[in-house]
Amino acid sequence: MKLNTLTAHEILDLYHQNKTTAKDVFSSVNQQIEKADKDVRAYIRLSQKTIDYKNISQKDFPIPIAIKDNMCMLEEETTCASKILTGFRSPYDATVIEKLKKSGAMIIGNTNMDEFAFGSSTENSYYGPTHNPWNLHCVPGGSSGGSAAAVAAHEAIWAIGSDTGGSIRQPASFCGVVGLKPTYGRVSRYGLIAFASSLDQIGPITKDVRDAAILLNIIAGYDPKDSTSADLPVPDYTKSLFNNVKGLKIGIPKEYFIAGMDSEVKNAIMEAICVLKNFGAEFSDISLPHTEYAVATYYIVATAEASSNLARYDGVQYGLRKIPEQKRKSAIVDMYEETRDTGFGDEPKRRIMLGTYSLSSGYYDAYYLRGLKVRTLIKKDFDQAFGQVDAIITPTAPTTAFKIGEKTADPLSMYLSDIYTISANLSGIPAISIPCGFSKDNLPIGLQIMAKPFDEETLFRIAYTYEQNTDWHKKQVGV
Amino acid sequence: MSSNSTQKKYEPVIGLEVHLQLNTRTKIFCGCPNVFGKDPNSQTDPVSLGLPGTLPVLNKKALEYGIKAGLALNCKISPLIKFDRKNYYYPDLPKGYQISQYDHPIAYDGFLMVPTANRLKKIGITRAHLEEDAGKLIHDDQSNSSLVDYNRTGTPLMEIVTEPDLRSAQEAYDYLHILKLTLQYLNISDCDMEKGSLRCDANISIRKVGSSTFGTKTELKNMNSFKAVKAGLEYEIARHQKVLEAEERIVQETRLWNEAKGVTIAMRSKEEAHDYRYFPEPDLVPFVVSQEQIEDILRTLPELPLAKLERLQKEYSISEYDAQILIQDPTIANFFETCAKQYNDTKKICNWINGDLLKELNERKIDFKDITLHPGQLVRLIQKVEDGTISNLGGKDVLKIILDTGRNVDQIITDEGLAQVSDDGTLKGIIDEVINENKKIVEQIRDGKESAIGFLVGQAMKKSQGKANPKKLGEIIKRRLIS
Amino acid sequence: MITPDDVRKVASLARIYLREEEVRHLTKDLEKILDYIGKLEKLNIADIEPTSHVLPLKNVYREDRLQEPLSQKEALQLAVEKHAGCFKVPKVIE
Repeated sequence: MKLNTLTAHEILDLYHQNKTTAKDVFSSVNQQIEKADKDVRAYIRLSQKTIDYKNISQKDFPIPIAIKDNMCMLEEETTCASKILTGFRSPYDATVIEKLKKSGAMIIGNTNMDEFAFGSSTENSYYGPTHNPWNLHCVPGGSSGGSAAAVAAHEAIWAIGSDTGGSIRQPASFCGVVGLKPTYGRVSRYGLIAFASSLDQIGPITKDVRDAAILLNIIAGYDPKDSTSADLPVPDYTKSLFNNVKGLKIGIPKEYFIAGMDSEVKNAIMEAICVLKNFGAEFSDISLPHTEYAVATYYIVATAEASSNLARYDGVQYGLRKIPEQKRKSAIVDMYEETRDTGFGDEPKRRIMLGTYSLSSGYYDAYYLRGLKVRTLIKKDFDQAFGQVDAIITPTAPTTAFKIGEKTADPLSMYLSDIYTISANLSGIPAISIPCGFSKDNLPIGLQIMAKPFDEETLFRIAYTYEQNTDWHKKQVGV
Repeated sequence: MSSNSTQKKYEPVIGLEVHLQLNTRTKIFCGCPNVFGKDPNSQTDPVSLGLPGTLPVLNKKALEYGIKAGLALNCKISPLIKFDRKNYYYPDLPKGYQISQYDHPIAYDGFLMVPTANRLKKIGITRAHLEEDAGKLIHDDQSNSSLVDYNRTGTPLMEIVTEPDLRSAQEAYDYLHILKLTLQYLNISDCDMEKGSLRCDANISIRKVGSSTFGTKTELKNMNSFKAVKAGLEYEIARHQKVLEAEERIVQETRLWNEAKGVTIAMRSKEEAHDYRYFPEPDLVPFVVSQEQIEDILRTLPELPLAKLERLQKEYSISEYDAQILIQDPTIANFFETCAKQYNDTKKICNWINGDLLKELNERKIDFKDITLHPGQLVRLIQKVEDGTISNLGGKDVLKIILDTGRNVDQIITDEGLAQVSDDGTLKGIIDEVINENKKIVEQIRDGKESAIGFLVGQAMKKSQGKANPKKLGEIIKRRLIS
Repeated sequence: MITPDDVRKVASLARIYLREEEVRHLTKDLEKILDYIGKLEKLNIADIEPTSHVLPLKNVYREDRLQEPLSQKEALQLAVEKHAGCFKVPKVIE
């Protein structure tokens, strides 16, 4: 059995039994990358740093990990898959990276993503798309498509991604792996190149639920450098890995199961519900009445914040700088405009324009302010639901992985693929996606579980129970 | 251009916006040093450089200073304080937005009593809020480029905005003066326009006297001293008058004061007014200040300048003139009070402090807070002069020596042999000589010209190398020759 | 609802240069998206407070304690163009 196909906890067991070494594990992963990545294209760049195996082996978690290309790493190039950040080498480590390094992580490299995390397919990358390991003609999902594909293709043992509207969970669903978006504030955002500051969270993408719990243990926690991080103790999430859900009340929101939804997805979810029922969970129908407004709300609030967060990419201090050949307005304005036109792809431009428009004079009340108010309504829906149930179950995505190029002509249809995941970000609640089946085309289907703020423990319990009593996570991709 | 008739017809309406750099140890959103004058780009970190992925964390001291300033300006303190992003592009603004406050400023609805034209005038303070400063842009005239130094980005700023209550350039000047003094008393800022820790912009319009509507206003920038503010406003008021007299309209625009030419010049007109697209800063959570916290801070407020002015006059029976000088620097006032507790003649203390001491400090370019003179020593000095041990001139010398060497009064008098000769015996000898050598003058004195005693005193001083007690000399000579 | 002129104005605010075909393209895209977003107008939000922060966090600050800054060399390491210890940009006219 190849080391790169194992989970982190299996490898840790092997370390304890002295049956393998960090060097061998890393080498196995690298071999797989050499073999498969020319087709999958999960990675943008591999780390050039030499690993001090002796040192690493003494740490707690010497596991090869893939990092999405939007987290700052000291002296490594980080570009958010954008031309505008070409050559940007951070002078500091993101807090999550610091924690990973302390735990002994062997950082493999930066994974591909939609540029600045704007997208649901990893097709919006300056470096070209990533391909779904289950079917190379399909997208891996986005924006953390590279990380999800790397884990699915065993080009990494585990990975981290970021999730603003579903960017961890949806690719996890499309690639048949586990993806968790923690509660907003559970994991530090310091060093995560911001998309939408009030929605972004970093989270684990792993082969199974136990790995997700271990990785969350490593990265979670209060950070004094992040004013929005919660000063709450981090429980040991591996302790919530029970194989039973007796007495847990789980809600099924009717707005997520509308007529005309993909029947394979629906069936997979229904079967999953049966499994959990057998293990003691009590299901009830609930309503999240403002669900249909979530995508619209998100695309105002998130793009407004994004338009401001991306203002700093201007060619002044670092990254790309372009001067037009002919003078248009004034030297400095020309530089801004040309740099940003050349440096940003279409989707960033679209979102920056939308965000700027919704904040601009005369439109603020009608768009941004309205968006923030509807957000309150969406959050209230969840507050109310969690008064009756402990968790909520839904599909992660309305479909399985679509073909590369299938939705690129219609931005709006791309946005609508986030329909099930977006509300969790707007409300700040934790949500996990786990594999729960395959379509007849052999494409993975994902199950999403959502819970109260800071109740990742309930998520792990339900996810673990389901996983331990099914085989989906064991199915191997053939790249 | 006419004068009185025009002045009576129109009245200026002025509002001032002051930006104040707070003197916290570190910047407002990161732990970089908050210092002036260092090598370019040597006082930055990823946060103040606005590097990707960085986040702001509010400096607690900056918030405290902001509340302090608000309270000193008699403002209401906002129960909910939040920050907002002000979005615009400029190379000295690394994030492409400034973290500032839009609709929930720390303080609002206050006032400042301004001593102006021999009365106290109440000037409304609309609001005072916290924000971060931008960097510095240096224009290289030789080349086609500009240079950016980010040391200043992230310096905590307070913006204080008045109601348009000022009615003359002089009032504006007086407002700035008392505002600076008040803020210096709080010890939250150096308030130094030269160092840039205090900056001032003005909004000015004029209207017919008696009117309650506002005329079109212009914004005035680039005034680098209080004098420049006054001169700039005077110029601009006159310019507005000229325009209106000529039955033209004032253009609403921003104008820069040109110190060298003594005129205001319209800034190159920009595309359109800035659309700052303010929205709540998502990276900073709101701040709630309890009534208790406000009261705690209120208790730490020092006695403010105008209150001190009144109290010093009442408590120590000194003149307003003297008190005004003392309050210009709270350390001077404290020094005075310490002296006054040890010595009754407060007028004498004032004379020494406001006269000789301040003069010496000025010449040496030392700040009062850095002097090596203890109040007790000044008192001793005054006592030694008053009891005749040393002459007045001798006293001035002693003062200089204390400031130079830090030695104490008694020691200096002994070491430098400054003690006046005051004993009758020695003096008599000198006087005998002087009388003998100046018979003609003696005659004049005996004939009634008392003023000539001074000449003899002078002669005796010469003979004694300045050591004789001139007062005593005068008394003895007078007794000898007149009575 | 949104015109090419609006798009040009917004592009100017956002400091992005757009060629005419991009203006047309974006106008179409934005028109469609704004139309979709228009569904929010159906909701009655009269007495609803906006949510800017999902967590009920308040009063997060740091002490006024000094931290070592970057050296000038470190700060300028990434500079596209530099001169005399400063970041160099095209001339800015005030």
